[in-house]
Amino acid sequence: MRLAILDNGHRLRTKVLFGIIRAMSHFPVPDAVKLNRYRPDFYGLPMRVVTQKAMRGPSAWSVGDRELMGACVSQVNECNVCTKTHAGVAALAYRDDAKVSAVLADLETAPIDEPLRATIRMLRKLTREHAVDADDMRTVLAAGVSREQAEDAVAVCFVFNTVDRMSRTFGWVVSGPKAFEAGSRFLFARGYL
Amino acid sequence: MANITNEQVALVRRVLEGDGRAPRAQRRAAFDNSGLTGPLRTLIEKVAKHADKVTDEDIAAARSSGLTEDQIFELAVCSAVGQATRQYETALAALEAATGGSTHASRHPR
Repeated sequence: MRLAILDNGHRLRTKVLFGIIRAMSHFPVPDAVKLNRYRPDFYGLPMRVVTQKAMRGPSAWSVGDRELMGACVSQVNECNVCTKTHAGVAALAYRDDAKVSAVLADLETAPIDEPLRATIRMLRKLTREHAVDADDMRTVLAAGVSREQAEDAVAVCFVFNTVDRMSRTFGWVVSGPKAFEAGSRFLFARGYL
Repeated sequence: MANITNEQVALVRRVLEGDGRAPRAQRRAAFDNSGLTGPLRTLIEKVAKHADKVTDEDIAAARSSGLTEDQIFELAVCSAVGQATRQYETALAALEAATGGSTHASRHPR
């Protein structure tokens, strides 16, 4: 990573934890974990609380839907690490790789319900243009999305619009396909806390 | 629903008002992407608007301007959280305008 403190500036007990993670997973500690565990009271812990609620809290959207939204937001932000990791979580949650791949390739033709498609379209605009207006929201609502679902979706967007920026600013990398798979499996099984 | 309002506000308060190595005024300026100068301004503008364009040189220039790594860490966090917060609040305001307040507008809730 671009800041040495994020690679090796952690307190001793965190370094011990990282040693356990490396030994058990047989992969390097993910850069996302290194960031979240560096001075965690400043950012990592409060961000993990927000993330867990947005991604795993009660919602009419499924876990797969929310992970797919996150992957789509990350795609707009050109964060390959987050796109692939959360596409992987969505595929595990849906038990459907093809659906997730289809959405990332072409949202308009992918085999998903219209409410989800309209929502992802709105999140992409919010991410790309930094704003949406009332007409954009009316379009989403007219597609059959409830107000609560729209709020839950913009909460997911908040998370990824924060984390994607961290990833690209600090220069996150993932060492290869197996490491991506391991990261996705961990997040699917354990969540974000 | 997964209402994150309280948790999101707690995050913003922590990064802006809690203890840190960068002065609170500088953290607020990074959050707002406003009022900064020099290499820090360049870095913070990129984090907010083109994070995919941040380079090793941007970080090195911020370091050379006298900032510590801890300060760069904090200010980059503030910039990211700040821009994401503006996007989030803009979307909630648009939703509010579309639904005319707290009324649930959808006739097809799932």
